[in-house]
Amino acid sequence: MEALLDILKELHPEVDFETCDTLIDDKILDSFDIISIITSINSEYDVSIPAEEIVPENFNSAEALYDLIERLQDED
Amino acid sequence: MLFTSFEFIAFLAVMFLLYYLVPKKFQWLLLLAGSYVFYAWAGPHFLAYILTTTGTTWLAARWITRMQAEQAAWLKAHKAEMSREERKAYKAEGKKKTRRPFLACLLLNLGILAVIKYTDFFISNVNGIFGTDLAFMRFALPMGISFYTFQSMGYLIDVYRGKYPAQDSLGKFALFVSFFPQVVQGPISRYDDLAQTLYEEHPYDHRNISFGVQRICWGFFKKLVVADRLLVAVNELIQNPADYTGAFVLLAMFLYAIELYADFTGGIDMTIGIAQVFGVKLVENFERPFFSKNTAEYWRRWHITMGTWFRDYIFYPISVCQPMLKLSKASREKLGQALGKRIPVYLSTAIVWFVTGLWHGASWNFIVWGMLNCLVLIVSQEFEPFYAWFHGKFPKVGKTFWYRLFQVGRTFCLMSAIRILDCYRDVPLTFHQVGTIFTQGNWGIFADGSLLALGLSEADWAVIAIGVAVMLCVSLAGRSGSVREKLAAKPLPVRYALYWVLFVSILVFGAYGIGYDASQFIYNQF
Repeated sequence: MEALLDILKELHPEVDFETCDTLIDDKILDSFDIISIITSINSEYDVSIPAEEIVPENFNSAEALYDLIERLQDED
Repeated sequence: MLFTSFEFIAFLAVMFLLYYLVPKKFQWLLLLAGSYVFYAWAGPHFLAYILTTTGTTWLAARWITRMQAEQAAWLKAHKAEMSREERKAYKAEGKKKTRRPFLACLLLNLGILAVIKYTDFFISNVNGIFGTDLAFMRFALPMGISFYTFQSMGYLIDVYRGKYPAQDSLGKFALFVSFFPQVVQGPISRYDDLAQTLYEEHPYDHRNISFGVQRICWGFFKKLVVADRLLVAVNELIQNPADYTGAFVLLAMFLYAIELYADFTGGIDMTIGIAQVFGVKLVENFERPFFSKNTAEYWRRWHITMGTWFRDYIFYPISVCQPMLKLSKASREKLGQALGKRIPVYLSTAIVWFVTGLWHGASWNFIVWGMLNCLVLIVSQEFEPFYAWFHGKFPKVGKTFWYRLFQVGRTFCLMSAIRILDCYRDVPLTFHQVGTIFTQGNWGIFADGSLLALGLSEADWAVIAIGVAVMLCVSLAGRSGSVREKLAAKPLPVRYALYWVLFVSILVFGAYGIGYDASQFIYNQF
């Protein structure tokens, strides 16, 4: 989780990713950010997030994103 | 059948009466029949195209869903006796099987669109490069082909991804593809947004119908009073480029931006209003785009359904495909984290904007338009650290009304400048014309009566100015909630006086008659 928070904070240092759960709904993350996050996750966790998983529910909070990473790691 | 034509209004009136007279379970069937009548009006032979897309997509999606269901059932029955690797291999094999009908249908339908829309563009480029004299095919473009093809392919991709199962009823799917208010110029709806509201029974709801009619009238106002009147001046300025240079080009830029906004949003207002009259709720396609503070925000608020379609079905898949992830890894290793991570994002952005340009039209001006938008987005992204530094240094400036106005004005000017490529439809001519803005120095045209020689009288300019002011006020009022809801809360005399003013202004100030021709909507051609 720490590594994920580092990836997110590097993009938006002003956001409290530990508590915020409206990253997409409040338009804090845009599509550029999402792709940056996915490529960073791919480098850091060696997990590929497929396009069909790019939905608000998976990107609205750091926790949801971490759950997605764990689920995809599990499937691998 | 143009939305603003008398035959369409008559068609709508008949549909409306029948819709609330037939048993409710047949309402969707009536909409389907009406949609095909509307489509056939443009030429019965065009039905072949939309029927092909409908039939092939329905069959392929059903086939995919059936295979997915069989695979899931088999996996469930044999899960206990399989290892993790075996399950994974079975899923991969299953995906491969569903990919065949998916790709076949996708290629067929995008192929039809490509052949119909882009063959002559390809021939003209071959002729230009190799000096050949190949004859043009001159295919007639079926109405709304880009819109219904994209809407159908979005459905197919979603079914393939397992987002929802395919629609069993061919008739209901045919209605999703051909629903007459939106087949002409969108919005490009998603099946999971539209299906329920389209197929369910709709009792007569006076408030909903009244709101729908208000929205239609508002669309008529924008289209007939503002857009079609501005069209006269824009045509004069654009069709005679040698006569209108310098400040005239700047004028054309801003007039066209307003005309396109009034035309396209007016058309979408009519579309959403017509659907609402039948109880169908369509998604919004605009969110006051001219109030955007930067280009990225503008594209999130202009033609929203097209933007999200390109984002979900092209930008994301390209950005996260294996070759792109490999490129990302390699570029991070070779160029460092900061630069390396930008490469895949910018490359995907460039591809998407190239395709977006091409979608708008088969000519180089649209491709250059797309690439310029891409350039502006990337430059804005690169300027982010500077903006962050500036706002850190001057925290109060960014919060002032004047700074926000500057941002809105900057975005409007930038978008209007790029849009001028739509007008001249010739890239070198456009750049030449824009260049004259800085060299000509004929700024006196705004005061010496030149504006009255563009086909519009003083009264016309006054109507345009008032129309734009009304549009601005409605947009401002819309920021804090639905304008129609606010109107509904007003006392009866005030409300009906406003409806009457709107209705009469369309009748009196709409651009009809000699010198005007109720024109096609600009976005119909895309």
